Amino acid sequence: MGSLIKGKVFKVGDDINTDYIIPGKYVDIYEPEELASHAFEGLGEEYPKMLVGHSVIVAGENFGLGSAREQAPNALKGAGVKAIIAKTFARIFYRNTLNVGIAAIECPEAVQAIGQEDEVEIDLERGTVVVRDEKFYFASLPAEVRDLLEAGGMVPFLKKALDVPA
Amino acid sequence: MGKTFAEKIFAKKANREEVFPGEMLIITPDVLMTLDADAEIVYRFKQLGLKRVWDPDRIVCAMDHYSPASTVRTATLLKTLREFAKEQGIKRFYDIGEGLAHEIMVEDGHVLPGQFVVGTDSHTPSYGCVGAFSCGIGTSDALPIWATGKHWFKVPESVKITLLGKMPHGVYAKDIILEVIRHFTTKGCTYKCVEYVGETLKEIKMAGRVVLANLSVEMGVKATYVQYDEVTRSHVARANKEYEPVIPDEDASYSKTYQIDVQGMEPMVACPHAVDNVKPVGEVEGTEIHQAFIGTCASGRLEDLEVAARIVKGKKIAGGVRLLIAPASRSILREAIELGYVQSLLAAGATFLPPGCGPCMGLHQGLLGNGERCISTGNRNFMGRMGSHNAEIYLGSVATVAASALGGAVTDPRKCI
Repeated sequence: MGSLIKGKVFKVGDDINTDYIIPGKYVDIYEPEELASHAFEGLGEEYPKMLVGHSVIVAGENFGLGSAREQAPNALKGAGVKAIIAKTFARIFYRNTLNVGIAAIECPEAVQAIGQEDEVEIDLERGTVVVRDEKFYFASLPAEVRDLLEAGGMVPFLKKALDVPA
Repeated sequence: MGKTFAEKIFAKKANREEVFPGEMLIITPDVLMTLDADAEIVYRFKQLGLKRVWDPDRIVCAMDHYSPASTVRTATLLKTLREFAKEQGIKRFYDIGEGLAHEIMVEDGHVLPGQFVVGTDSHTPSYGCVGAFSCGIGTSDALPIWATGKHWFKVPESVKITLLGKMPHGVYAKDIILEVIRHFTTKGCTYKCVEYVGETLKEIKMAGRVVLANLSVEMGVKATYVQYDEVTRSHVARANKEYEPVIPDEDASYSKTYQIDVQGMEPMVACPHAVDNVKPVGEVEGTEIHQAFIGTCASGRLEDLEVAARIVKGKKIAGGVRLLIAPASRSILREAIELGYVQSLLAAGATFLPPGCGPCMGLHQGLLGNGERCISTGNRNFMGRMGSHNAEIYLGSVATVAASALGGAVTDPRKCI
């Protein structure tokens, strides 16, 4: 993942918990591609199909509360999501999101302005979100976190850092 | 200026004079807890190409979510975990039926006051009940620790909650924490370490302290601390291990403080579909239920089974209601049998589940059908959590759940005890 992310927005509300992102019965699945067909299924059976073609999630407050299941960000990753912009994140989900290689951005002003199906452009290094010619700023991600995203998540990142033979 | 529990424990673990909220520090946790629902960690560890875990003696691994397996897939995952634990020399491995990971950690003394513990489960902050700093992490976050023993952690801000007054009849730790969650909401303590202190805690034994710490997760906390006192000392004495408690200073600085006078409090119930949708039991009394569940990492302890047995003794649960009970551990179940609690509960019509998570996570052992309603001692009542999307979950104390099983509807337990 480069520093620039462009994509179409899938917008959800406040307090979307990880049970809604991926119901408990799917926690025995580990591969993002397999999880993707159940992404947001907890909100309704039609949701996984509705999500297709969107690479940026825009959410309200406390996105990802509840269970620590990493299947939640992995389901979104499998569905092609590259970034999540939320007013606020729940703690474990925030770390999990970066660890699977999805950018997690807190920017309440942008969330307010962005609508369903909007096209957005995110610059992780500069800390900007552009939507319909309006620009919003967020605390840019530290270089270490950008390296983690660049590597594609914790497993490839650690492989390199620990110098594990391929 | 004094220091909070979190500030003191981070300073101790990072070998620093003092630390401040917001700082990132590299920490080696004392213990790493993991469980069967996170078998993914073994898969990722192998993906990473590593051969040995950094220290098998610092890992505790318990099988509770799939206890016992209900699908071929989960049976195979359990098999993988058993083999991995054996191959890596992880001695503190608990197979299905031994109990909930969070109960085993506290019951068997794998977590002690003043320790820094991480676990691959969101309810890991439960160990604040014995004065340990414990936080939940995802499976990938456990990888650097499994590989090297180290990872980065941020020093959290803290919130101090003081409990005052004498516990009223029929009111339990669960009612207090539901009232606290109503006040703070599900996002009121995100990333914070919440400290519980105050005179009321003298009356709240370990089973109740676990409930305070465990349910705090539903306010978004990173960790918890319940005051270190005689209750803590007598509990951890059983483990017969050396430890160094960490106690916050009186004049520490908090981002929020809250005082709650429990006197005059009523039993509380969290209504569908959010844990902060809390009401006094009187407001929802009479709501018909189909299932009552006593269990999860927020209940199922000996004191809970005693309360439930006392309420149902010599009575029958209402027709059309299932009362499911999952004891928190095998040793609790054995003791409850010896003390006659199990006999009273069975005679009243209860169904016992194996020690473990039961239906809480919607995997097995008592899911809810369309249009059904359950009252549970658990910690989450999200839509669809225990089965059908068209089911409802109410959360209450073990007394409220037992009383409701008898009444066939949400019932004020003060009528039964």
